[in-house]
Amino acid sequence: MSVLVVQGLSKSFGGVQAVGDVSFAVAPGEMLALIGPNGAGKSTCFNMVGGQMPPDAGSVVLDGKPITGLGPRAISRHGVGRTFQITATFGSMTVRENVQMALLSHRGKIWQFWRPVAGRYADEADALLAQVGLEAQADRATGVLAYGDLKRLELAIALGNAPRLLLMDEPTAGMAPAERVGLMQLTRKLATERGVAVLFTEHDMDVVFDVSDRILVLNRGTLIAEGDGASIRTNPAVREIYLGTGATSGGH
Amino acid sequence: MDSIIPQLLTGLAGASSLFLVASGLTIIFGVTRIVNFSHGSLMMLGAYIGWSILTRLPREPEWFVLGIIATVLATAVIGVLLEVVVLRRVYRAPELFQLLATFGVVLILQDVTLWIWGPVELPLSRPRWLRTAFDVAGSRLPMADLILIIVGPVVLGLLWLVMNRTRWGTLVRAATLDREMVAALGVDQRLLFTSVFALGAGLAGFGGALSLMSASANLHIDLAVITDAFVVVVVGGLGSLTGAFAASLLIGILQAFGIVLIPKSTLVLVFLVMAVVLVFRPNGLMGRPQADAREALVAAPVVRPAPRELRLLSLATLLLAIVAPFFVGDYYLTVLTDACVAVIFATSLHFMMGPGGMASFGHAAWFGIGAYAAGLLMQWIGAPMPIGLLAAPIAAGIVAALFGWFVVRLSGVYLSMLTLAFAQIVWAICFQWVELTGGDNGMLGLVRPEWARDERVFYWVALALTVAVALLLRRALYAPYGYALRAVRDSATRARAIGLNVGWLRMAAIVIAGAACGLSGALFSYGKGSIFPTYITISHSVEALLMVLLGGLQTIAGPIIGALVYTGLADILMRSTDLWRLVLGAVIVLLVVAFPEGIAGAARRLWLRGREA
Ligand SMILES: Nc1ncnc2c1ncn2[C@@H]1O[C@H](COP(=O)(O)OP(=O)(O)OP(=O)(O)O)[C@@H](O)[C@H]1O
Ligand SMILES: [Mg+2]
Repeated sequence: MSVLVVQGLSKSFGGVQAVGDVSFAVAPGEMLALIGPNGAGKSTCFNMVGGQMPPDAGSVVLDGKPITGLGPRAISRHGVGRTFQITATFGSMTVRENVQMALLSHRGKIWQFWRPVAGRYADEADALLAQVGLEAQADRATGVLAYGDLKRLELAIALGNAPRLLLMDEPTAGMAPAERVGLMQLTRKLATERGVAVLFTEHDMDVVFDVSDRILVLNRGTLIAEGDGASIRTNPAVREIYLGTGATSGGH
Repeated sequence: MDSIIPQLLTGLAGASSLFLVASGLTIIFGVTRIVNFSHGSLMMLGAYIGWSILTRLPREPEWFVLGIIATVLATAVIGVLLEVVVLRRVYRAPELFQLLATFGVVLILQDVTLWIWGPVELPLSRPRWLRTAFDVAGSRLPMADLILIIVGPVVLGLLWLVMNRTRWGTLVRAATLDREMVAALGVDQRLLFTSVFALGAGLAGFGGALSLMSASANLHIDLAVITDAFVVVVVGGLGSLTGAFAASLLIGILQAFGIVLIPKSTLVLVFLVMAVVLVFRPNGLMGRPQADAREALVAAPVVRPAPRELRLLSLATLLLAIVAPFFVGDYYLTVLTDACVAVIFATSLHFMMGPGGMASFGHAAWFGIGAYAAGLLMQWIGAPMPIGLLAAPIAAGIVAALFGWFVVRLSGVYLSMLTLAFAQIVWAICFQWVELTGGDNGMLGLVRPEWARDERVFYWVALALTVAVALLLRRALYAPYGYALRAVRDSATRARAIGLNVGWLRMAAIVIAGAACGLSGALFSYGKGSIFPTYITISHSVEALLMVLLGGLQTIAGPIIGALVYTGLADILMRSTDLWRLVLGAVIVLLVVAFPEGIAGAARRLWLRGREA
């Protein structure tokens, strides 16, 4: 059974359709890439699945439960972790504390006024940080991290609620090419080992073809192709868009 | 109804004078993003300068017009000075520090005005032509009102022309929409900002000079006007000229009719309108959502546990505070008790403002509610002090919960303004409901029990409560709740994505801050033995802001240091010089320019220099 089933998702901004009638499904352990040129509607799709924006039409079903139109908080409680295109972390905390917050929230320990945060779930947080290669930076201020490291931190935070579904909006933006492959292969490993479904978007096509199981191509809000790396590579419509815009890597 | 026409005309005249001040304020905000507290002071200066000029001129209408023009130019020049000397240096500082700096300017200008023109109100003896009145639909329309009614729309029209038909106006509009874009266009920002300030100040001066037609120049204009102007600008939508005009009309007319229909409730009415507008239109009638650009600009530093040295220092200070009554005289004992109250007052504001990211401009409301709760309980059922001290935080907490429901949705300046509005409502109720609160005469005879009648014992009680509150709040900030509150402030998006309930977390912060502040109000009242509506004035709310910002938002020790420094400073200043406002204002401005992160923040930065990666 699929972890995530999306049907007929649509969204317009002031009469301009950003996403129109998009449907897809992600299976446990599967890495599904959602690609498309700038402004194709990828982030809008992520935001509708993650609850940051309510869809105009369509349905989102997670593990058989409808979550359409729920807020981000409820959706996170249903086991969805996500990273943002523009990183969102807690700047006044250390790297470790960022992850501790995710763990505390996941375990319902937020409404406590007495016992200090220091040391709580610290080992678990460090383990998550080690997974994304940030263990050496655990005590540093989040504000001083390099952009690539912030992206890693976001992944560690997203893993904090032991998600069934990971939404990753341009998870490797701002990283060197070698790092990108490394991080996505790590994600691949997590997906396979824990059966986490991963929906991600990425401008680096090498990374996309390297780690994804399946690829969806979005253009101007509609899906124009779906398939494995080989079939997408040779798809004339896709070639048209990409050769037309010349963007094969690093949109940002 | 007979009174509709005259009330309407009075309302229109009032609306025009509101608009003159509010238009400048909103243009300045639109371009510079500075909420200029000293805008009311510019109007006050306009009134005084206008008085000085007009009383020296012949009394014919043409000389009157010339005098007004001279006044406008003079205030515009003062605005330019203000911009060049002070505000230019704080554009990059966080919003609140800008506000603090402009409040420093308010204090400075108060004393300068007092020093030049003296404490007596200065009425303009009106020439005969100004004393005429017209007959409109059977009622009398004074010349002054007629002039105002005409001036308002004319100014709106001229501003519209300037904004839409000149290159300068295009720049101003572009800067209001997107400041970065204008910077990118290579426009000389300094010149733009300075000229905008000149225009805004000139408008305020115009309003001040015209106010002489029906009122005298006095030293209360500044704060009275700035509150009204804030309300108008916020209701209209920050940065929107037409919004400001619509809001001026709404509020001017409402005030005029309110006085007739329900004489006692005009203040409440005005602020109620503002609250209602903000609940339904969080960006005002015609405002657009404020970009959160500033949030990203200044990432708050990481909060770390206090270093050992600071703990030792705190312990030493506490020991000193405990034994102090054996060494100091009665006078200093009351100063120390006041300092305790100030510490609770400031730490409670810091709780919601620093970690919570919600800057309250009306913190004194909780102070007053706590005080009156204790006072009323004593009046009604003779509740003794311990009950009063318990009831005060409960009452303030409950009211804070009701109020919090309105404000958790808002952010930034709008939130600050709604808190200000709420405090004004509370003030108005306490001031106007004489049967309940004694109004201006206050509530007297709040007695302490036998055991606490000795000043020293009462001081120790206050100290114990202060230490307890400070430690509890500190504890909460290091606990998961405090971290979650900070998480919400740092990134609401991320906070929601990990499952935090943004609304309830902020709500709890408001309730906790309100309750703690309520305790400080009751404590203060038992110390003085009486309660007055002045506990809830804007100045008192601003004092809390000053303490917190002086000490620094980003450290937990900040508000404590700020409260102590402020209490000490105010005490020394008030006893050593008549110009204490001037000195205090100058100190504030200097501090903001030199240490935008506050005393504790600056100390922390120096301390950490080289210690943090
Ligand atoms: N909040 C919004 N309000 C108005 N329009 C929006 C909003 N969010 C997105 N859009 C518009 O919707 C379209 C799709 O945007 P979206 O961010 O989903 O694209 P994307 O595929 O993620 O692009 P990129 O690769 O640049 O991140 C764009 O035209 C964008 O301008
Ligand atoms: Mg995107």
